[in-house]
Amino acid sequence: MKIKVMITCCLALILWNQAAATTLRMAFDADPVSLDPHEQLSESTLQFSHLVFDPLIRWKQNGQFEPRLATKWQRLDAQTMRFYLREDVTFSNGNPFSAKDVVYTIHRLKRSPDFRAMFDTIDAVSMVDDYTIDVHTTYTNPLLLNIMTYVFPLDKTFYQGHDEIIKYGETFASSHVSGTGPFILMNRELGSRMELKRNPNYWDKDTAGNVDQIILTPIHADSTRLAALLSGDVDFIFPVSPIDIERTKKIPGIQLVTLPSTRILLLHMNQKRRVELQDVRVRRAINLAINKPLIVEKILKGYATPAGQLSPDRFLGHINGLEPEYNVSKALELMKQAGYEKGFRISMMAPNNRYMNDEKVAQAITAMLARINITVDLKTLPKAQYFKEFDNRSADMMMLGWQSDTMDSNNLFEFIIACTDAKTGLGAYNASEYCQPSIDDDIRQANREMNPERRLRLLQQIERTLYNDAAIVPLYWQSLIWAAKDNVKIQDIVNDQNYPHLGDLFIEKQ
Amino acid sequence: MLIFLLRRLVQACFVMIIISIISFAIQDKLGDPVQQMVGMTVSPEERNQLRNELGLNDGFFSQYWRFAKGAIQGDLGTSYYYKEPTLDVILNKLPATLELAFCAILIIVLVATPCGVLAAIKPKHILSRLLMIVSSIGLSVPIFIVAILMVYIFSIELNMAPSFGRGQTTEVFGLWESGLFTKDGLKHLLLPSLSLAIALMPIFVRLIRAEMMEVLQSEYIRFAWSKGLSAPRIYFKHALKNTMLPVITVGGIQAGTLVAYTILTETIFQWPGMGFLFMDAVNRVDTPLVSAYLIVVGGIFVITNTLVDLIYGLVNPTVRLASHGL
Repeated sequence: MKIKVMITCCLALILWNQAAATTLRMAFDADPVSLDPHEQLSESTLQFSHLVFDPLIRWKQNGQFEPRLATKWQRLDAQTMRFYLREDVTFSNGNPFSAKDVVYTIHRLKRSPDFRAMFDTIDAVSMVDDYTIDVHTTYTNPLLLNIMTYVFPLDKTFYQGHDEIIKYGETFASSHVSGTGPFILMNRELGSRMELKRNPNYWDKDTAGNVDQIILTPIHADSTRLAALLSGDVDFIFPVSPIDIERTKKIPGIQLVTLPSTRILLLHMNQKRRVELQDVRVRRAINLAINKPLIVEKILKGYATPAGQLSPDRFLGHINGLEPEYNVSKALELMKQAGYEKGFRISMMAPNNRYMNDEKVAQAITAMLARINITVDLKTLPKAQYFKEFDNRSADMMMLGWQSDTMDSNNLFEFIIACTDAKTGLGAYNASEYCQPSIDDDIRQANREMNPERRLRLLQQIERTLYNDAAIVPLYWQSLIWAAKDNVKIQDIVNDQNYPHLGDLFIEKQ
Repeated sequence: MLIFLLRRLVQACFVMIIISIISFAIQDKLGDPVQQMVGMTVSPEERNQLRNELGLNDGFFSQYWRFAKGAIQGDLGTSYYYKEPTLDVILNKLPATLELAFCAILIIVLVATPCGVLAAIKPKHILSRLLMIVSSIGLSVPIFIVAILMVYIFSIELNMAPSFGRGQTTEVFGLWESGLFTKDGLKHLLLPSLSLAIALMPIFVRLIRAEMMEVLQSEYIRFAWSKGLSAPRIYFKHALKNTMLPVITVGGIQAGTLVAYTILTETIFQWPGMGFLFMDAVNRVDTPLVSAYLIVVGGIFVITNTLVDLIYGLVNPTVRLASHGL
């Protein structure tokens, strides 16, 4: 009898607990490949980092920095910045957080193949006291704060000694985790499920966030993911495929939230492979013949912004008024002037499962270029095979999407526009084989220029040169689309980098 | 019997070697595994170094030789993504697929047999005609349309069954995680197994019908009628038993189709089984896992076909195994 009562009590308690707990069941298109935040610089790794770890500072929706583990910062001299750290923070295993963890983390980032390029600029980190650090850069670096958003302090005592970073094997860090973040990892079945619960000792007590538990399921198929939301099996999904947007909007109880992202989609025109593309008139004609607003409206259902340049308006290099121009007769005239009135044949490659409706966009472009007598042999490939071809620069025109890690124009220029240099890694994605030494000079200067006015001029100058040279075909900036149940207030916690701050997510009780 | 099995074993070895060579040869066409492991900003030089460490820059034959040496010792390589031996990863996901296939086969047997028999006994009956029409529609509609339609009707509109995943599982004898023993698990099984069954059902209904009609024309059935045996005895004891022989053969061949269909079903329903694993591995260019999967599935094929031949002998003792199967 007694046992029976006890069991009943226990059951009641468990049930009550479950009723009171707010659970967020979410389905994204990918889950992190590793628990080690430094193993791969990818969207899913960073999403995970924002759950289980805390950054020193993070981006707010309005493009400003928000202090997290660093409470304030101040520039000591041109090459040194001082960060003051939060004092009341502990890691999930109880270890106290202090400056030594930050120093350790930055040193480890400098060892990570994926993060190394970004952190090369930091040549020394020193501890001033237990809660103050000085970060010293090799040269003056205007983007130091942008880079610091990637510092998610690791628990030094926990990781040190077995903290190797290996891409293709099991390591301590890839299967164990200790962070300061709003959530603690409970269990994980790689590729199918991840369960987190709220960190009861989380330092940020002022947050409106009330999620006690998160169950994350990666669902790759767009239709399955949406069906899971519509059937009520999950509360929050990303992404929503453009074809489903109209349908989703009409369903009561479901909200669609969208933000313009900084990811630029573009076409490279390879000047080494094709003589025709060396002629600026031909390149300009191609730019004029592609109706970008129409692509955005018809194929992406308005969930993108047509682009006439690389930098989105949030970036420093953005030039107001540099809009995409569509003019077929002008394009035909230019082709005639260049001596290609009869047009020519050209090869093009694009991925078919990497960007939003990428294959359809490529097909539309093929049709548009036919109007100025350019016959395009289009080949679309799954992303796994496409990027191999991209590296080999296998076609005359190739599609690429790029999101700047530093949220700055110069990152775009360095990878997409700079002259290819295998040693420095500059121009690694320059499949145009476009090389303009004056741009390279400007890029180098902009990397060190501390005066915002002068830096703005440098970056805009690059953007202007690219436009005048018609070096590439900027297409559009893709939007991010999330969907959730109405009571899940995702509007305030999503951002244009797609690292939702789920610690601050508020779910209304129904 | 023993000679038969020995012959089969030799055959199987050849088949497995060929499968392994083919699965290895296509690796190169899947894409670059290193691309999946590193961020966009990692320099080509570093990527090449990683490729060297993984031995991906070696020639085809030296890579295959390395793989074959491991395979003989039961090591089919380590998955890039799961970072575990590929065989462990696959065996981990096997129960989910087996349960799905088992439920689908159960539905097929329970539904297709009576339907086929009915259509054979009363070919002019309105129900039989309806069955034939439905089965030809079933044959021509692709499985993913059936599956998506079922999700739409049963989970979105009617909210009767969950749309994805495996639900709650329990451990059975400490051997595998099973979804067959909880209500939640069974609910999750419903839609995937049903759509898998629907994909394979029509061919069995039609096959049973055709075979049974032929058997019903034969001498011994007529003799049985004239002897005055009861209808159920004739239909189920004499006719059906002889109908099943070709059905089992086709069933064995269809096991292959079943594997292919599980890939589709599991992808649509996010069912954490082998087929889903395979699709994922292809997308991630997890080449060791892709090869291992092909080899394991090849093995399953060989085993089911051997079993089918053995069952043959049980159903019809006049079939001599030694003369069969080569």
